[in-house]
Amino acid sequence: MASSYNAKEEDGHLSGSAGLGGTAIRTRKPDNTAFKQQRLPAWQPILTAGTVLPAFFVIGLIFIPIGIGLFVTSNNIKEIEIEYTGTDMSSPCFNCSQNFSWNSTTPCKCVLSFTLDQPFESNVFMYYGLSNFYQNHRRYVKSRDDSQLNGDLNSLKDPSKECEPYRVNEKPIAPCGAIANSMFNDTLDLFYIDPNGTKNQIPLVKKGIAWWTDKHVKFRNPAGSNLTAVFIDTAKPVNWRKPVYELDTDSENNGFINEDFIVWMRTAALPTFRKLYRIIQKKNNMTPTLPRGNYTLEVTYNYPVRSFEGRKRMILSTISWMGGKNPFLGIAYITVGSICFFLGVVLLFIHHKYGNRNNSSDIPN
Amino acid sequence: MSFFGLDCTRNREREVERKIRANDREYNSSFRYATNSIKTSKYNPFTFLPLNLFEQFQRIANAYFLFLLTLQVIPAISSLPWFTTVFPLVLVLTVTAAKDAIDDINRHRSDRQVNNRKVNVLINGKLISEKWMNVQVGDIIKLENNQFVTADLLLLSSSEPLHLIYIETAELDGETNLKVKQALTVTGDMGDNLEALAAFNGEVCCEPPNNRLDRFTGTLTFDTQKYSLDNERVLLRGCTLRNTDWCFGLVLFAGPETKLMQNCGKSTFKRTSIDRLMNVLVLFIFGLLALMCIILAVGNGIWEHQTGSKFNAFLPRKENIAFSAFLTFWSYIIILNTVVPISLYVSMEVIRLGNSYYINWDRNMYDARTDTPAEARTTTLNEELGQIKYIFSDKTGTLTQNIMTFNKCSINGKSYGDVIDHYSGQRVEITEELARVDFSFNRLADPKFLFYDHSLVEAVKLELPDVHAFFRLLALCHTVMAEEKKEGELVYQAQSPDEGALVTAARNFGFVFRSRSPETVTIEEMGIQRSYELLAILDFDNVRKRMSVIVRNPEGKLSLYCKGADTIIYERLHPSCNKLMKVTTEHLNEFAGEGLRTLVLAYKDLDEEYFSEWKQRHHESSVAMDEREEKLDKLYEEIEKDMMLIGATAIEDKLQDGVAQTIEQLAKAEIKIWVLTGDKQETAENIGYSCSLLREEMNDVFIVTSNSPEEVRQELRDARLKMCPDTEQDQFLIPEIILGNTPKVVQDENVNGDYGLVINGHSLAFALESNMELELLRTACMCKTVICCRVTPLQKAQVVELVKKYKKAVTLAIGDGANDVSMIKAAHIGVGISGQEGMQAVLSSDFSFAQFRFLQRLLLVHGRWSYLRMCKFLRYFFYKNFTFTFVHFWYAFFCGFSAQTVYDEGFITLYNLVYTALPVLGMSLFDQDVNDRWSLEIPQLYVPGQLSQYFSKRAFMMCALHSCYSSLVLFFVPYAATYDTARDDGRDGADYQSFALITQTCLTVTVCVQLGLDLSYWTVVNHLYVWGSLGMFFLLTFTMYTDGLFRLRPSSFAFVGTARNCLNQPNVWLTVALTALLCVLPVVAYRFFSSQIYPTINDKVRYKVCKMKEPAPRPRHTRLIRRSTRRSGYAFSHAQGYGDLVTSRRFLRRPALVSTGFTPTGRSPGFKPTGRSAGYSPVGREQNPKQKVEPTSLQMFRAVKDSSY
Repeated sequence: MASSYNAKEEDGHLSGSAGLGGTAIRTRKPDNTAFKQQRLPAWQPILTAGTVLPAFFVIGLIFIPIGIGLFVTSNNIKEIEIEYTGTDMSSPCFNCSQNFSWNSTTPCKCVLSFTLDQPFESNVFMYYGLSNFYQNHRRYVKSRDDSQLNGDLNSLKDPSKECEPYRVNEKPIAPCGAIANSMFNDTLDLFYIDPNGTKNQIPLVKKGIAWWTDKHVKFRNPAGSNLTAVFIDTAKPVNWRKPVYELDTDSENNGFINEDFIVWMRTAALPTFRKLYRIIQKKNNMTPTLPRGNYTLEVTYNYPVRSFEGRKRMILSTISWMGGKNPFLGIAYITVGSICFFLGVVLLFIHHKYGNRNNSSDIPN
Repeated sequence: MSFFGLDCTRNREREVERKIRANDREYNSSFRYATNSIKTSKYNPFTFLPLNLFEQFQRIANAYFLFLLTLQVIPAISSLPWFTTVFPLVLVLTVTAAKDAIDDINRHRSDRQVNNRKVNVLINGKLISEKWMNVQVGDIIKLENNQFVTADLLLLSSSEPLHLIYIETAELDGETNLKVKQALTVTGDMGDNLEALAAFNGEVCCEPPNNRLDRFTGTLTFDTQKYSLDNERVLLRGCTLRNTDWCFGLVLFAGPETKLMQNCGKSTFKRTSIDRLMNVLVLFIFGLLALMCIILAVGNGIWEHQTGSKFNAFLPRKENIAFSAFLTFWSYIIILNTVVPISLYVSMEVIRLGNSYYINWDRNMYDARTDTPAEARTTTLNEELGQIKYIFSDKTGTLTQNIMTFNKCSINGKSYGDVIDHYSGQRVEITEELARVDFSFNRLADPKFLFYDHSLVEAVKLELPDVHAFFRLLALCHTVMAEEKKEGELVYQAQSPDEGALVTAARNFGFVFRSRSPETVTIEEMGIQRSYELLAILDFDNVRKRMSVIVRNPEGKLSLYCKGADTIIYERLHPSCNKLMKVTTEHLNEFAGEGLRTLVLAYKDLDEEYFSEWKQRHHESSVAMDEREEKLDKLYEEIEKDMMLIGATAIEDKLQDGVAQTIEQLAKAEIKIWVLTGDKQETAENIGYSCSLLREEMNDVFIVTSNSPEEVRQELRDARLKMCPDTEQDQFLIPEIILGNTPKVVQDENVNGDYGLVINGHSLAFALESNMELELLRTACMCKTVICCRVTPLQKAQVVELVKKYKKAVTLAIGDGANDVSMIKAAHIGVGISGQEGMQAVLSSDFSFAQFRFLQRLLLVHGRWSYLRMCKFLRYFFYKNFTFTFVHFWYAFFCGFSAQTVYDEGFITLYNLVYTALPVLGMSLFDQDVNDRWSLEIPQLYVPGQLSQYFSKRAFMMCALHSCYSSLVLFFVPYAATYDTARDDGRDGADYQSFALITQTCLTVTVCVQLGLDLSYWTVVNHLYVWGSLGMFFLLTFTMYTDGLFRLRPSSFAFVGTARNCLNQPNVWLTVALTALLCVLPVVAYRFFSSQIYPTINDKVRYKVCKMKEPAPRPRHTRLIRRSTRRSGYAFSHAQGYGDLVTSRRFLRRPALVSTGFTPTGRSPGFKPTGRSAGYSPVGREQNPKQKVEPTSLQMFRAVKDSSY
C-alpha cells in the first residue's frame, strides 16, 4: 500500500505555528468549510452486485405483472374498424370516391354494412381515421392563427401571415389557414339492423368530443351576440361548403367552438391518426350499448383522399382505464421485465464466476 | 499594449528617427511622442459594448450562432422561432462580457496605479514630484535608490564615482545579477547641480522605438560636440536602481514606446488537450450535422416528389422540389444545431473556474510559514492537471530550500552532531522540542543557527586544540565576504551556500570571521580578535575539488589550511594520519548515508624558507605567458601534500518538506520526473539520491558528460541498448494524424528495470541538436529519472519543447526562479513556487503554491478530480444533447421531412438552459469517485488520466452510439404507445402536442436518470439540482401551458392545456417509466459487466472503499529511511571561487560599514541567497510587498567584475 501522508498535510500547516499566528492577525488561510474543502457529506452509490442484481430482479418482477395486466386490459377492449375509402371497385363507396369535386352540391352517399360478433358494452366511441395524411407537416402545422381562433377581432380582420395562401380570399378567411381549410367533412351515420330487419339509427352524441381546455379556453367565438353578424366581413375557407357560423345550429357548438372543428384543429402527431367523431352513450345497464348483430354505416362522402393515396376508416371502440386498444405497452413491459430478469441471471452468473475473484484481488502498488 | 501602440502609430507616419531636445517640451511635443502613461486596458465605458461584441463574435461558436440566428429570421427556413437561439446566445454573451469587463476594470486599476506613481521631474530648474503618466519625452528626471526606472532614459549623471549606476534587470531578462551603466563624462560632470541640468540643452538623435533590449544607437549633440550613445548609457523601464543614491536621466522613450512595453503582450495562450480534442470533435460534429441535414434534405426531395405533390390540395406548395430540399437543409441545420451546443463552452469555463477556486480554497495547500495559499492563476487548464505524464522540476528552491545547515562533523576521530540519549545510548531523533545548544556565551553568534549536540560546544570551551583548529580552519579557509553595518551585526556574503553554512558554524562556535582585506583575514577566536596575514588563496575549481589558503598567524607561524572532497584530500594526507583516516572514513560513510554533503579538512604547517621560495615560483608562473594554468596547478599540487587531517564536516542541503514522499507518490502515479538544474552534476546527483529520484537499487544510472557530439550519441545509444537490447528498430515513430498535419510521435518503449540518466549541460547542448534529439528523447524516456545539470534557462525550455514535440503527453514544469520562466512558459502547465524570493516564476505560471509537496495534492487530488469531472461532464453533455437532437432526425421520417420539431419551442429553448444545466454543472463541480485521502493513498488512480481514458474519440463515439440508441427508444416507444390509441376518456390521444409533451417528459426523465447513474457523489447540492430541475421541468411546463399565458400571446403558447390533459393519463407515465428504464438498462448492465470482468483501478478502489465503510484510510506517518553508501564528498556549488577577486583589491569599493539601512532577511544563518528580484511589474501587476531586496555585496562584486570586462 501507499505510504503517503505527511502529518502536516492534515491541515496544511505546522502545528507549532498555531500560537504564532494568533487570532488578531488576518491570514490568507482559506476557510475551513466543508464546501470549500470539498468535504460535503455525500451519498456515494456504486454499482455493486448487492445493488445491481436485486434491482434487476425487482424490476423484472414489477414489470412482468404490469405488462400482463396491460396486455389483458388491451385485449379486452373491443374495437372494430371499417375502411370506406372506396379505392376498390367492389367497395360501395367506389363511385363516390371517383367523381369527387370540392364544389359539387349534391352529396354522394354510400352505405357499408358490417356485423358485430360481440356486443360493445359501456360507452362506445366512434372515430374516423385517416392514413397518409400529413397533419404534422411543418407548413401545415403552422398554417393557423390561434389569435383568430381565440376570438380576437383584429386577427379576424387581418389573419396571421402563417395562414398563407389561405389567408385572404377577397375578404379575410375565417378560420384561416390550411388546417381549417382541409377540415374533415364526411358525415357518418350508424344504423342497427334488428334481427327482424328494421333499421334503427343509433344516436350519436357530438358534444364532449373535444378537450375541455380547447373548447373553453383555446377556441372562442369573436364577441358578439349574433355569429352571422360577427363573421359578416369574412370569407369561408376555400374548400368549405358552409361558412363557419353555419357548422351547427346549436349556438354552443357553432363557429369556432364547433367541436368537430376543434378536434380537427388539434393536429395529429403522425401521418396515420384517428380522431374522435361521436360518442354512443350507454343507455342502461340492461342492454349493451351496441348489441351483437348487423349494422350499416351511411357515409356522406365529401372528403377526398384518393389524390394522396390516403385511407379513410370508421372505428368503433370501447375504452378501459388505460385508454384505447394498444397492445404495445403490455408487450413491451412483459419483454423488458423478462430481459431484466434474464440479465439478472446472466450477471449473477458472471458475478459468481469472475466478480469475487477480481474485486477481492489487491490493488497493485 | 500592442493595440495601443498600433493606435498611435496609425496617426502619424512611421517614425524613422527620434529627435529629442532636453528640457524643451515645446520642441519635443511637435513630434507627438507617446507620453509615459500606459494603457493595458482594452475598453472604456463607451467602446466596451461594440468592441467586446466584435471580439466575441470572432469566436467561431458565437459566430455560428449568429449565423443560425440570421437563418432563423428567414421565414421560409425558420423551423424554430428566433428566441430559441437568442436566449442562449444572449446569456453566453452576457456572461463572457461580464468576465471581460471585470478583467478590464482590474487592468484599468493597475494602469492607474502604475501611472500614478510619483517621480521627481526637473521642471524650470526645480524638482517637482510628478505622476509617471505626466512624464514626457525630453524631461529630465531624478531617480533614487531602489526606485523603478520610469521610462527609457539616457543616463546623465549619478551619485557614484565614474558616473556609474547599478541596476537590476530581472524584470526584463530574468537575470538577477546587478548590471552597471555609465554616463558620459560630459553629462556626468553636471552631477546633481540642478542649474546645470536645467540649462542642459543637449539634443539626442536616436533610433525609433523598438523591442531590442540589448541594442541602442544614437548620438547626443551638446555644445556643438557630438557624442555617440550606446546601450551602456541607457536605462530601460522595468529595471530597478540599486546601490546608487540617485541618478539623473533624460527620457528617450515613454509609456508604450519603451522597450519593455514593446516586448510585452506576447503571452502565449495555453489550451488543454481536451480543448484540442474538442476542436477535432466539433469538426466531426459539424460533419455529422451536415450529413444528417443532407440525408433529410434528400428525403424531403423524395417525399415532395412522391407524396407532397399529391398532397397539394391540402397543403399547397410554391417552390419546386429542389428548392424545397435546399430550404429543408437549412431548416434542419437550425433544428439540429443543438448537437453543437453553445452552452457547452460556457459550462466548461464555469467548471474550470469552479475547480480553480477549489485549488485556491484548499487548506492543505496553504503554507502557514509564508502565509501563502495555493493559487490557480489560469482558470482554463484545470483538467490538464489530471493528465500529467512528465514533470520538469527545478532543483534549487523547488526541491530544496536552498538552505545549507551545518549538521554534523567529525573532529579528530570523534563524531559530533548526534544527540545520544544518556540512558539508552540510542540516537535521539532531532525534533523541534529538543534543547538546542545555547550560544549566548558568544555575542556574535547567529541566533538562527541551530545545533543540538552539546558536547561540541563543551569541547570548544575546553579548548581542545583539534576542535579549535577545526573551527579556525573553517573561519579562515573560504572566500566569504563579511559585512558589518552595525557593530556586531555580521552578514556573510558567500558564493556558495555551503561555504556560508561552514563559516557561520565557525562563527557560532566562537571563531568569528569578521572582515577581510586583500592581505588579511580578521577573525575573533573565543573573543580575542586576531588578524591573519593572507598570503595566498589556492582557489577552488572543478578539477581540484579543494581550496586552500596560506596564512601567517599573528605569532608569525605559517599554515596552509585546506578543505575539499574526501577522495582528493585523502590522496594528499601525510601517512601518519592513516589511523585517523579510517575512523573519519567511517564517519564520512555515516554522514553520506544520511544524505549529507561532506568535506574533509586538513592543514599543514609551512616552512618560512620553503614558502618564500614557493611564492617566488608562484609569482613567476602566474605571469608566465604560456601554460600558465598547468604551471600553477603543478605548484598547487606540490604544496598541498603531506597534510594533516583534522576532520570532516557534514552539511545538509535541506530538502523542502515532504519532497521525497511526493516524488515517491508521483512515481507511483507513473509520472516521470526530470530535474533540470543549473547546479553542478555532483550536487544534482546528490539531491537526486536524497529525494529518492535516484535510488541505490536502480539497475543503472547512466551519466552522459561527453564533450563531442559523437561521444554523446554513442553514450546515449549504449545506454539504450543496455536498457533494451532490441530497441534499434525504427518503428518507434508513429504518425499521429491531427487535422491534416502529421507530427510524429515517439512511442513509449518498455524497459525491464529501473534506470536513471544524468546528463550535463554541455552534452545536452549536443543532444538537443535536431539530428540527435530523438536519440536523447528515446533514451531519456526509457529511464525512470532524468537529471539534467548545468542547463541554461533556454535549454530547460528546449528539453520541455522536445518532449512536447515528440511525446503525446502532458508536461508540467515547476520552478521558483527567473531562470525557470522559459520552461514554465513552454510546458503545458507551469507551476511556480511562491513565497520565495522572486515572483518571476509565479507571474508566468499557471498555478502557484508555496511548497513542492503540494504538487501531489494538486495533481493527484485536484487534477484528477478536475479531469474526471470535465470528462464526465463532456460525456454526459454530448449524451444529453445528441439524444435530444437525434429524436428530431427520426421524427423527420414521419413528418414528410418538413423540419417539424418533436418538442415544443419553449422546451427547446429551456432544455439546455434550465432543465438540464444545473444537474450536470453540479456533477462537474462536486463529483468525486473517491475522496482526497484515497486519491493520495492510491496514486495509481491517476493513470487513466494520462492515457486519456475518460474522454477520447472512442468515448465520444460510445456517447454518440448510446445517444443514438436512446433517441430511438425515446422516439419509438412514445410512437408505439400512442399509435392509434385513445385516452381514458375516449378522446384521441395521439395529437401532436400530446406527443411532444410525452416525448419531452420521457427525455427529461431519462437524462435525469442517466445523470443520477453517472453521479457518484450526491451532495445536498446535487440532490437539489437534480430534483429541482425535474421539478422545474414540470413547473415550467404547467406554467407555459396555462390559460393566462395563452391569452397573453396565443400563438406563442399554443400548447395550452396539454399538460393537464396529458399528464393525467396512466399510460403516459407507464411510457415514461418504460423509456427511462430502456435507456438506462444497457448502461447499467454494461457497467456492471465490465466492473466484474475487467475491473478498472477505480472500480477496485471504490469497491474497497465501499466494503470498508470507512471514510478514509488513516494517514500513515512514515519516516523515510535512507540507506545509502554513496558519498557526496562535495560541498562547493556553482562556479569557480572568488579567490581572484579577494586578492585583486578590486572588491572594496565601499567602506565596510555602509550607512544605508540594511535589513537582513535572514533566511539562513548569515547567508543571504543571491537575490532573485522582488516582484515588480512595470505593467502594474501584483507586486510582492513583503520583500524589498537590498543589494548584496556579492552583487556589487559581480557588478564590478562585469564592468571591468
